Amino acid sequence: MTDKEIFEILKEKFGEAIIEFVEAQAGENYIKINPLEIDKVCAFLFSDTNLHFDSLVNLSGVDDANGEKKTEEDGSFEYIGGTLSVFYHLESTDKRHKITLGTTVEKDQPDVVSVTDVWAHANWHEREAFDLLGINFLNHPDLRRILMPYDWDAGHPLRKDYKDPEYYQGMKVPY
Amino acid sequence: MGLLDQQFADDNIIITKVDDLLNWARLSSLWQVGFGLACCAIEMMATSASHYDFDRFGVIPRPSPRQSDVIIISGTVTLKMAIRIKRLYEQMPDPKYVISMGSCSNCGGPYWEHGYHVLKGVDRIIPVDVYVPGCPPRPEALLEGLMKLQEKIRHESLVKKSA
Repeated sequence: MTDKEIFEILKEKFGEAIIEFVEAQAGENYIKINPLEIDKVCAFLFSDTNLHFDSLVNLSGVDDANGEKKTEEDGSFEYIGGTLSVFYHLESTDKRHKITLGTTVEKDQPDVVSVTDVWAHANWHEREAFDLLGINFLNHPDLRRILMPYDWDAGHPLRKDYKDPEYYQGMKVPY
Repeated sequence: MGLLDQQFADDNIIITKVDDLLNWARLSSLWQVGFGLACCAIEMMATSASHYDFDRFGVIPRPSPRQSDVIIISGTVTLKMAIRIKRLYEQMPDPKYVISMGSCSNCGGPYWEHGYHVLKGVDRIIPVDVYVPGCPPRPEALLEGLMKLQEKIRHESLVKKSA
């Protein structure tokens, strides 16, 4: 099944929750979905016998770097507002088709519903997106840091306006 | 083997200085902590294997820091690992030596600017005796580093500590 056909099926079933079909400038087309409905859409994609997306190939977070850039005198900067995104790459191992889903949230309230109930291995992917970008996955069973130390309190390092802390446990961090 | 040459004054008796004897014993059996971090560890393992044969210098990997004399920091030291490295170093008995292998462990290497998780040089947490440059260093370079460390140990003294 092509991505356009899958989009039509989803649009018919979920209506408003399916925001748009995004034609890619480069790379893959994707279907943009409401972050608070993504779990229901994924559960349907998994359980429907014609679609049967049994494999979540990858789940990744992105800082879209689209806020208002505010530069300080020392050259450091931060983004006011802006959005974060989460992308889901799905594949059906028996139907042999693929689809990419995307969802976008405001940085001020980055809430996305977890898909761990659909694919159990989304657990660690979502912990990574939380750890590095601070995306808050609702209903996640164990949302804590996975790569950075548990006591890391300097924020989420893959945010574009992240700043290194001066020290971590007595060790100097910057070069 | 300049130490023993023509110094047999009688059967089974060797005349030498205590410093020389101890230093010779120490530098000839540098047991290393069996510990690797990243791609440098692959080169370290190649150095231990038959072609380069670390063992001919008396270097044998030991499974416990309590049985070791030298720790080779072979790879990127993340902040998370730095705490563990410090603990390993503290568990080693004196005299103990540190070889920093490769750019990452020397100064952060390619992660020096944007490596938010990397300690920029292992010498920020433990004292380093020999720095081996390279990314990663070839086995010959690590052997050179080991020989530099042996040279350092050869000139140590019991009465005044050099490092």
